[in-house]
Amino acid sequence: MFRRLKGDAALSATLFFEGQPVAIGDGDSVAAALLAAGIVSFRQTPVLDSPRGPFCLMGACFDCLMEIDGQPDRQACQVDALDGMVVRRQIGTGNHDH
Amino acid sequence: MSASFEAVVVGGGLLGSAIGYGLARLGLKCAILDEGDDALRAARGNFGLVWVQSKGVGKPVYADWTMQSARLWPEFAEELTARTNLDLSYSAPGGIDICLSDEELRDRAEKLAVLCSHQKGGFQYQMLDRQDLLERLPKLGTEVVGGSFSPHDGHVSPLYLMRAMQRSFKDAGGEIRPAARLEAITRNGDGFSCRMAQGTMTASRVVLAAGLGNRDLAPLVGLAQPVHPVKGQVLVTQRMAPFLDLPTTRIRQTGEGSVLLGDSHEDAGFDVRSTPGIMQKIAQRARRTFPDLAKSRIVRTWGALRVMTPDGLPIYDQSQTMPGAFAAACHSGVTLAAAHASTLAKYVAEGRLGDELAGLSAGRFDV
Amino acid sequence: MTTDAIDVIVIGAGPAGMAAATTAAKGGAKVLVLDDQRTFGGQIYRNVALAGTAEAAFLGDDYMAGQSVIREFCRQDLEFRAKATVWQVTEERQVGYSMDGSARMTTAPWLVLASGALERPCPVPGWTLPGVMMAGAAQTLLKSSGLAAEGAVFAGSGPLLYLVAHQYLKAGVKIAALVDITPKSNRVGALPHLLQALRRWDLLAKGRRWISEIANSGTPIITGVEEIKVLGDDAAMGLAFRKGVGEWHEISSPHVFLHLGVSPNVNLSLSAGLAHNWDEGQLCWRPKVDEWGVSSLPGIAVAGDSAGIGGGLAAQAGGEIAALGILAALGLIDAGARDTLAREARKTLAREQAIRPFLDSWFRPGAELRLPRDDDTIVCRCEELTLGDIRAVVNIGLVGPNQLKSFSRAGMGPCQGRFCGLTVQELIARQTGQKPADVGYFRLRPPIKPLLLEELAVGWLGGGGGMEGSIRFTDASGKCGTQRSSSGPMTCT
Repeated sequence: MFRRLKGDAALSATLFFEGQPVAIGDGDSVAAALLAAGIVSFRQTPVLDSPRGPFCLMGACFDCLMEIDGQPDRQACQVDALDGMVVRRQIGTGNHDH
Repeated sequence: MSASFEAVVVGGGLLGSAIGYGLARLGLKCAILDEGDDALRAARGNFGLVWVQSKGVGKPVYADWTMQSARLWPEFAEELTARTNLDLSYSAPGGIDICLSDEELRDRAEKLAVLCSHQKGGFQYQMLDRQDLLERLPKLGTEVVGGSFSPHDGHVSPLYLMRAMQRSFKDAGGEIRPAARLEAITRNGDGFSCRMAQGTMTASRVVLAAGLGNRDLAPLVGLAQPVHPVKGQVLVTQRMAPFLDLPTTRIRQTGEGSVLLGDSHEDAGFDVRSTPGIMQKIAQRARRTFPDLAKSRIVRTWGALRVMTPDGLPIYDQSQTMPGAFAAACHSGVTLAAAHASTLAKYVAEGRLGDELAGLSAGRFDV
Repeated sequence: MTTDAIDVIVIGAGPAGMAAATTAAKGGAKVLVLDDQRTFGGQIYRNVALAGTAEAAFLGDDYMAGQSVIREFCRQDLEFRAKATVWQVTEERQVGYSMDGSARMTTAPWLVLASGALERPCPVPGWTLPGVMMAGAAQTLLKSSGLAAEGAVFAGSGPLLYLVAHQYLKAGVKIAALVDITPKSNRVGALPHLLQALRRWDLLAKGRRWISEIANSGTPIITGVEEIKVLGDDAAMGLAFRKGVGEWHEISSPHVFLHLGVSPNVNLSLSAGLAHNWDEGQLCWRPKVDEWGVSSLPGIAVAGDSAGIGGGLAAQAGGEIAALGILAALGLIDAGARDTLAREARKTLAREQAIRPFLDSWFRPGAELRLPRDDDTIVCRCEELTLGDIRAVVNIGLVGPNQLKSFSRAGMGPCQGRFCGLTVQELIARQTGQKPADVGYFRLRPPIKPLLLEELAVGWLGGGGGMEGSIRFTDASGKCGTQRSSSGPMTCT
C-alpha cells in the first residue's frame, strides 16, 4: 500500500474513480492519487486482456492509460489530478465514442 | 546450407516472397536472397489494400491480371493461415473510394466507366451518393459528397502476409538468406551462378524481384526494369474499437484496431523521412472524411518508396539472351500476391511467361 | 520574444537543459526551453523547487542541489514552455511540439537535445503485473507526491536501486528486502577501473554508507542472486529469487521495484536522424557528439544523460559546454573566451566521469539477467510478445530488429521500443550469432510521443511565438506562487 508521508495534510481535492471518491494530494498526478488509494490496476490490455498498472511513472511506458473525463488513452501519470475529475479503467482499446 | 538450387529469387519483399512461396509449393528447391535489416523494403510501407477498382483503367491486361489475383485471394489467404496458424486479417467486404468534391466524384465515375467497358462485365461497381455512403460508413464529414464502391475490394495485414509467406516458404523447403546482397550473375551451363559476398550459389532459374534494386540488376540478365521511387507517407493511430468495416483507399482500420491514414505521392528520391507538411495534409483529409477521428492519437508514421514504373503497371519479363532469368516489379505487391504465388510462379517453373502477361513486358516502353 | 528571434531551442529542462539554457542566455543568446512536464527539473530534480527541509531530510543533498540550478535558470532572460511535448525534430532543425491541445512547429539555428535517461528494460517473469514498477518510478512518486510503498521489495542492480532504497529508509518507510542481482563476476572486470574511480572515493564512500545504513536498518540485503521472478496472477504478490544452484526463496509484497541501470533516452535523437554509436561498456546507443556536444547534424547538440550516462552534475557540465560551443558558433563570444569559460565545466565533467568505467563494469547487468530465459516472459510489453514469440519470428530468417518489428509488431506499440528495444536487439544478436552493435536498433519515426489527429490537422506550420507558460516556484522563504511568463526575465514570487 502506498502511503502519504505528509498524511492527510496534503489532501486538497477529490476525483472519482469508477464512481468512488479518491482523495487528491497537492501536486498529484491521477496515477499518484489512485496509487495512494490502493488502486494498482489501471487497465486491461487490448491484446490479451491483461491487467496493467503504472510502471515507469515518467510517460514512457504507456501502461497507465486510462479514460479521464471521457477521453481514453490518457497517461494517468502525465495528467494532473483535478477536483471532480472522472476516471475509469481503460478496458481494451477504450471507448472512443464522443 | 546448400549452394545449388532450382530457383533463386533475388529480393525478399512482397514480390519475392510470393514467387518464392509459389515455387517452393510446386516442389522446386528454392532460395530467397534478401538484403540487410535497413534495406529500403517497399513491402514495409504497403497500406494493405487488396484493390481492384482503380487498377488498369484503360489497360485491360492489367485490369484482368488484378481481377485474377483478387479472385485467387480468398483461397490464398486460407491456405497461408492453414499452413502457419497466422491470422492475416484478410477480408473482402468490398471497398470504397471516398470523394470530397463533385470534381473528385466525376473523375472517379469517368474512370470506372472506362474500366467497366473493357472488362466485359467482369468488373462490378456502384457510384454512391452521400446518403448511400452513410449507410455503409460511420459518420462522414460534411464535405464528403459520395464515392465509388466495388465488391471485389478488400484488405489484409501486409506484414502478417509477408511473415506467413516466408514461414510457408521455409516450411516447404525454401531457404532464406538474409543480408545476402547479390553482386553478380553469370551463365553457368543452362543455368546461373549468383555471387554474393558470402559465396556463390547456382540455380536453373533466377527471378529478380528486388524492387528498386531491379533497375541495376536487370541488365545483368539482359533485361531492363525502368523503376523509380515514388514516396508515400502514412499515419497510424493507437488501437481503437472496431468502427470502420470497409476499407477505403486512404483510410482503413486494421485487425488490431489501429487506423491507417494515407497517403501521398511524392517525388523525393530515396528520402523516406516523415515530413511535417505531408503529415498535416494526411491528417486534414482524414479529419474531413471522418470528423470523429479528430480525437484519435497518432502513434506512428512511416514513409516508404513505391516501386513505380513509367505507366504504373507491373513489369514482367523473361530474358531472351539468358533464358531462365526473369524480372518482376510492381507497386501492388499485396493485391497481386495471390497471382504471383500461383500463376507467376507456375510460369517461372515452366520457364516461360504466359501470353496473358505479354502486354506487361518492358518492351512496351521502347519507342 | 517572437519565434524569428530564437537562437537556441533547448528540449528538456533537466540539469543539462537548464544549464545549457542558463549559459546560453547569459551569453546573450535568445533561448526557448521546452519540457513536457508541468515545470522544470527533469527526472533528477523533479519537484525540487517545492521541496523543503522535510524533503531534504530523506531525498538528500544531491537532490536539493537542484534548487540552485533552478534559481540560476529562473534569473535568466529566456522563454520556458511547460507541458510542451516535442514529437518531432527534423534534420533541418524544425521542432514539432504539442501544447494546450494544439501542435506547433518552430525552428532555430541551434538545438540542444537534453532528453535525459530511461531505465533499462528488466524483462523478468511477471514484470508486467500491476504492482511492479521501476525503482525510478518509486523515486518519482516520492519526489512529486510524497508517496511511498510500505514493505516493498527492491530488486535489481545499480546505484539508483540503493539510492532509492536509502531515501525510503530516511523517510521512515520499511522495505521488505533489497535483492541485489549484480553478478559477483563483474568485480573482476571492474578492478582495472578502481584506481581511476578512487579519484572519487567520496562517491564510493557514499555508496558504501547507503548500503551499511540500509543493512543496519534491519532490511535484508540479499546479494549474489542469479534469477528473479515476480509472483502473482493478476497483480504482484511478491518476488522469488534464486542464488546459485540453490532453491527458490520468496518474499511477499504487493510492491516490487525493479532496476537494471539507466540508458540514454535516444528516441528523439534517433528519429531526428543523428548518427549513434553502440557503447559496449554501458550496453546502449549514444549519439555521436564532439567535444562541444555537437552531433552528426549541423546545428544540433546533445547534452546530459541522453548523450551518455553520467549523472546530474555531469549533465550540467555537458549542458554548459554545449551552450558555450553554441555561443561561439553564433559569434556571441570568441573561441578563446569559449575555451576559457569551458575549463571549469570540463574539470567537473572529468571528475564526474572518472567513476563511470568502474560503475559501469561493477553494475553491468548480467546477460542472463538482462535477457529473459523463459519463453513465456514478455519482451514487448505493448504488444504482449514473449521471448518464444520473438524467437519463432527470428527463426524465419531475419537479421535485424526492423524486420522483426515488421513480422511481429515488436516495437510498434506506443512506447516505441523504450522498454523492449535493447532486449530485442540483444536477443537477435544472440540468436543469429551477431554482435549487438551490428544488429542495430528499431528505426524510429515521429511522432516520438503520440499526438491527437486534430492537433496535427490544425494549421500550425511556421509560427507559435509569444506563448505563455506557467511555473510554480517556492523561493527560499517558503512562499509559493504561480508566475505567468511571457517575454522578459522570468521572475518568481
